[in-house]
Amino acid sequence: MSPLLILLAWQSLSSAGILGEDVLASPLQIVATAAELLADGTLQAATATSITRVLSGFLIGATVGLVLALVAGLSRIGEDVVDPPMQMLRTLPHFGLIPLFIVWMGIGETPKIALIAMGVAFPLYLNTFAGIRSVDRKFLEAAHTLNLTRRQRLRHVIVPGALPQALVGLRQSLGVAWLSLIVAETVSADAGLGYLINDAREFLKTDVIVVGLAVYSLLGLLTDTLVRLIERKALTWRS
Amino acid sequence: MALVTKDPRQRSTARPTNRVGAQRRESAGDSVATVSELHRSFGATHVLRGLDLEIRRGEFVALLGRSGSGKSTLLRSLAGLDPTSPRELKVAGAVSTAFQEPRLLPWRKVEDNVALALANSPRRRLRREHARHALDEVGLAEKRDAWPLSLSGGQAQRVSLARALVREPDLLLLDEPFSALDALTRIEMHRLVIALWKRHRPGVLLVTHDVDEAIALADRLLVLDCGQVAAQWALTVPRGRRRDDPQMSVTRNQVLDALGVQDRTRTGNKNESGAA
Repeated sequence: MSPLLILLAWQSLSSAGILGEDVLASPLQIVATAAELLADGTLQAATATSITRVLSGFLIGATVGLVLALVAGLSRIGEDVVDPPMQMLRTLPHFGLIPLFIVWMGIGETPKIALIAMGVAFPLYLNTFAGIRSVDRKFLEAAHTLNLTRRQRLRHVIVPGALPQALVGLRQSLGVAWLSLIVAETVSADAGLGYLINDAREFLKTDVIVVGLAVYSLLGLLTDTLVRLIERKALTWRS
Repeated sequence: MALVTKDPRQRSTARPTNRVGAQRRESAGDSVATVSELHRSFGATHVLRGLDLEIRRGEFVALLGRSGSGKSTLLRSLAGLDPTSPRELKVAGAVSTAFQEPRLLPWRKVEDNVALALANSPRRRLRREHARHALDEVGLAEKRDAWPLSLSGGQAQRVSLARALVREPDLLLLDEPFSALDALTRIEMHRLVIALWKRHRPGVLLVTHDVDEAIALADRLLVLDCGQVAAQWALTVPRGRRRDDPQMSVTRNQVLDALGVQDRTRTGNKNESGAA
């Protein structure tokens, strides 16, 4: 109920001229602009560009995070080699690396994707590693008495045992992925949702800015729902 | 294979154990597990000190002992969970273990948990058939599609037995599998285990704290103390043993003595079974 009231109040303030369009456009204006941007395909193109960035960054970061978690989780030596540097690096706020990334990689696609990948890799690594280590030794012993091979133990015991925690990591990492995208696109972009927003800022077109923000949050909501769905499917055994 | 009763107090009523071997037509070579001079120590603590034990095919052996007597350590060695040298331990054929907690994989359905014991046999359909048959044997055919977490303690333990038996083991290790169950379920499980044992005839080593359970189930009863077999009894009275059977209560008191339980007023009374 109250969101509707807020919308109504917002619209009346705009209509009365109290809330100027250069401060915040009216809800109706925003809807109209969204329709316009959809009609000429601007919004779809920008969204597609942004999704491509997140996807590339996510795939790279997820691969790195998962591989490192497996290496550290499955062998002592792996843990000694991988875990200490990861624990050190995770305290680094990864947005703080933007200047370095720009120095190393310029301002093209590469630093954006690198930033997203970086943001994804850590939560996925930390949670998956913790998940592997939390697998009950008793199950591993049982698997041993059933003469399961190392590979079979991985498939039947370690992976499903680590999955709940790994999925927590997946959800965190997707959240960070969208956040990293927004930050990266705000710093510099010549295409995508961030570009749309920055470009609108130059002309004080607050309606376009709000449309861009709405798409960001919709995308975030979408991936979060997706992970919840996966969780429900993959973890039915817990209920 | 002379099995020596080391405590002289036992000689009076317990029969000499080697007669059990004579009564069975199985030869001494038909042993499923031979432990000789097994030593295990953790740091400065010697848990097993030159333990000798032989389990014959089809023989039901119960192992009693106070906490820290080395029961679990012996079982872990037999289960292959702790490394041993071939000189210390020879096991002929397949070994299966059922633990105190059923240790079913919660993320695999009941039938898949049982079939997992056959993971190394290549034919999937056959694995499933055997798993279903094993579940049928423990009376849980209708639970094959259930998740383990939805089972009661007794049901989970039955699945665990099915998983252990589906491999047709030559040696079945039972690590206090009934101790967490309520009294009625435990009685049902005793009957089930005896029925399954009679059908499959593996050598069984049952580790338990419960003297009455050991007396009810076993052919032979061992007490472990200070890392060695301190005493043993052959139980020749047929199963379905009554607790007020004079021979049983004599054995029971001897076992309690060997376990260091002092109270002499308990003669033949239930509920005070076992040591700590």
